[in-house]
Amino acid sequence: MAASNYEKFKSDGTMLGNLTEWVDARFPLTSMWKAHLSEYYAPKNFNFWYFFGSLALLVLVIQIVTGIFLVMHYKPDASLNASGVPVAFASVEYIMRDVPWGWLIRYMHSTGASAFFIVVYLHMFRGLIYGSFRKPRELTWLFGVMIFLALMAEAFAGYLLPWGQMSYWGAQVILNLFSAIPFIGNDLATWIRGDFVIGDSTLNRMFSFHVIAIPLVLVGLVAAHILALHETGSNNPDGVEIKKRKDERGIPLDGIPFHPYYTVKDLVGVVVFLMVFSVILFFMPEGGGYFLEYNNFIPADPMVTPQHIAPVWYFTPYYSLLRAVTFPLFGIDAKFWGVVAMGAGVVIFAFLPWLDRSPVKSIRYRGPIFKVFLAIWVICFFILGYLGVQAPTPGRTLVSQICTVIYFAFFLTMPVWSKLDKCQPEPDRVTFR
Amino acid sequence: MSCDEKVDCGRRRLLVATAAAGGAAGVVAVVPFVASMLPSERAKSAGAPVEADISKLAPGEMMTVEWRGKPVWIIRRTKEMLDQLAKLDEKLADPASDKQMQPEYCRNGYRSIKPEIMVAVGICTHLGCSPTEKFRTGAESGIDPDWAGGFLCPCHGSTFDLAGRVYKSKPAPDNLEVPPHRYLSDARIVIGEDTKGA
Amino acid sequence: MKKLLASVVMAPVLAFASGAEVHLDRAPDRSRDTAALQNGAKVFVNYCLSCHSASYMRYNRLKDIGLSDDQVRENLLFTADKVGEPMKISMQRAEAKQWFGAAPPDLTVIARARASEFGSGSDWLYTYLRTFYRDETRPTGWNNVAFSNVGMPHVLWELQGEQVMGDDHHLKLVKPGKLKPEEYDALVADLVGFLKYMGEPVGEFRKNLGIAVLIVLSLLFVLSYALKREFWKDIH
Repeated sequence: MAASNYEKFKSDGTMLGNLTEWVDARFPLTSMWKAHLSEYYAPKNFNFWYFFGSLALLVLVIQIVTGIFLVMHYKPDASLNASGVPVAFASVEYIMRDVPWGWLIRYMHSTGASAFFIVVYLHMFRGLIYGSFRKPRELTWLFGVMIFLALMAEAFAGYLLPWGQMSYWGAQVILNLFSAIPFIGNDLATWIRGDFVIGDSTLNRMFSFHVIAIPLVLVGLVAAHILALHETGSNNPDGVEIKKRKDERGIPLDGIPFHPYYTVKDLVGVVVFLMVFSVILFFMPEGGGYFLEYNNFIPADPMVTPQHIAPVWYFTPYYSLLRAVTFPLFGIDAKFWGVVAMGAGVVIFAFLPWLDRSPVKSIRYRGPIFKVFLAIWVICFFILGYLGVQAPTPGRTLVSQICTVIYFAFFLTMPVWSKLDKCQPEPDRVTFR
Repeated sequence: MSCDEKVDCGRRRLLVATAAAGGAAGVVAVVPFVASMLPSERAKSAGAPVEADISKLAPGEMMTVEWRGKPVWIIRRTKEMLDQLAKLDEKLADPASDKQMQPEYCRNGYRSIKPEIMVAVGICTHLGCSPTEKFRTGAESGIDPDWAGGFLCPCHGSTFDLAGRVYKSKPAPDNLEVPPHRYLSDARIVIGEDTKGA
Repeated sequence: MKKLLASVVMAPVLAFASGAEVHLDRAPDRSRDTAALQNGAKVFVNYCLSCHSASYMRYNRLKDIGLSDDQVRENLLFTADKVGEPMKISMQRAEAKQWFGAAPPDLTVIARARASEFGSGSDWLYTYLRTFYRDETRPTGWNNVAFSNVGMPHVLWELQGEQVMGDDHHLKLVKPGKLKPEEYDALVADLVGFLKYMGEPVGEFRKNLGIAVLIVLSLLFVLSYALKREFWKDIH
């Protein structure tokens, strides 16, 4: 943290000053403030894409705060109440109707879940186009990939809790993925469920994961992500290192203190985000059936699978990767390789810092190959996402297989084409565009 | 920060305005979260008035009904019990029921609508235990040779008479609460609601 | 590479070639028509609430649609003693399952559950309740266009009359009911309006609050943007 490089606070004689001095002698208050805000120098050319980091932090706070209040009323109990409805399902409707303002808090949480993924996907895309994952920020990127994994686990566990039809059958499908692992798969799936079917014990452990275990991990990873970032300093749309050119005081020439410049700028981003968030929350909380799926207003029924079952939208690209593998390989069945494809689709991001061999970082100075390939990859990602919510047909399966191949080929062939690409020279200093 | 320079002055004004508006919006945003911890509609429904049938309640006996999750005592007092009440004034902390522990229509010597029927919330006004019935009088009660019948709180020894009035020099500060109630007929009583409505 | 590109371009076309569409009639909007919603509540309590519960809906919540506790107590309170209680039914689920093959579902959030890519839950319900027809092959003697082989008989048949499925796959009214077709449609619209309200009683208030929140945020946007401009004068 380099906290010891800063001078301790000297009181100016006021009460607040004395208090600050007292605290500062015992806790690195002003040095932390300086290291991470008022004397953390960020490149001055951040653009639109740089809002999503602080927004992800905001959504995390929204989810934690609303989650705390939801846990006060929610009951993870799959048994049926006197009306024949699972207690967990009924407790969600109880929050929606009987708890004062419960509906608002619940909608904030359900909308927040989708918002989290939108913001994080945009944040990751920013990293992709400006090369933020490249040396020296590999660890920041790796912590980020871990956050993404934890977030997926968190969202999955949370989605089971309303105990509706989609919760139940979604969990049924996803937890059965573990049974694809050779030899131990079935026992492993049973161990994870705590039962031979998805049941009360599954619901209770998912509740535990969702409210305690994964949030703790998430908060820790977020702290590590930010600390690692502040160690190397932020990247920027030009992909040049601002620390290379410093003035006589050692301050980067193209750097400006994060506080107040980026705090006031991010504040604008926060307000705009909250406006978009409010439009969804107050006028379309179901998000057209994507944020709250219609079938999830039917209590979980182990006897009847809904006709059309699809994961929540943010999982659908990976779900498509899973379904694209329809043939056995090396004597192991397709189910296993589907799971491998799905897992690899997420984990492959972690290898980006070592797959990319381009001399420049930012898309601004990259050659046409990167731009075209990235565009195709993004289109494939969207198609996979779209196909993930559709029922499979032979035509769709073929398309998803083609997109799957492109998805992985983009990463796996990167060491070759990223070197061949005709790049433009990077500028010395950052530019405004 | 001084307001000498033009720039600083505008900047400070904007900062204050934004902080004030943002702060106000933030405070309003906290309200739903605080309010969500108030009793829900279910709790309010459970706290709705309850009816009790007192036709089988014999003189000198009491029954307990649950209202808002609390015990409510209904006692049919005998003539002797009622006569005792007037003689206790000196020993009681608030014999005339000056404190608002009962609806206005029960602010009388018997603390009740009908003299013989006593209705009270059976929760000690000290720290919330439920006192036990001690209707036997005199030395037999094990409390005091002069004991006129009433209630003893097992937690900290507060004593109440048969109108729920607390004795002097006891931990409990107030008389027992008399809930709002009304009679549907001689036999049926509603607790939690009086003639004014809910 | 070219092949890949071509298939990427073609992908949406292939992907959109999907299954048959169910035609749903659009339900008239009753969400701000208090009288219609009250009428819908009456129809619901009289015709639906004997077999279907609405176990998350409390009677006294009907104050949202302008019904006081006393009005509820006098006109609608058949299945409970207190206005604070939810709309439950006395029928046991196990028995119901025996009688109907499946226990009649709770209807509190049915208008939300029945939404699909083909239309809103209200549209589905509006179509469903108007497209029962005689079918002697079914145990109840009734079938339905929106919900084929439905287990529920046509509870409102006395009002609508009897329809049969013609050879041209259109429904024909062969025995008129107590209501004219337009009157019946209006009654169903009221009922569906009520079911939609019941699915999310806070729905109308939610939208009103949303407008207020957006106004406040717009003000904050103006202030924060001005603040940002003010500070960033130093940089640009």
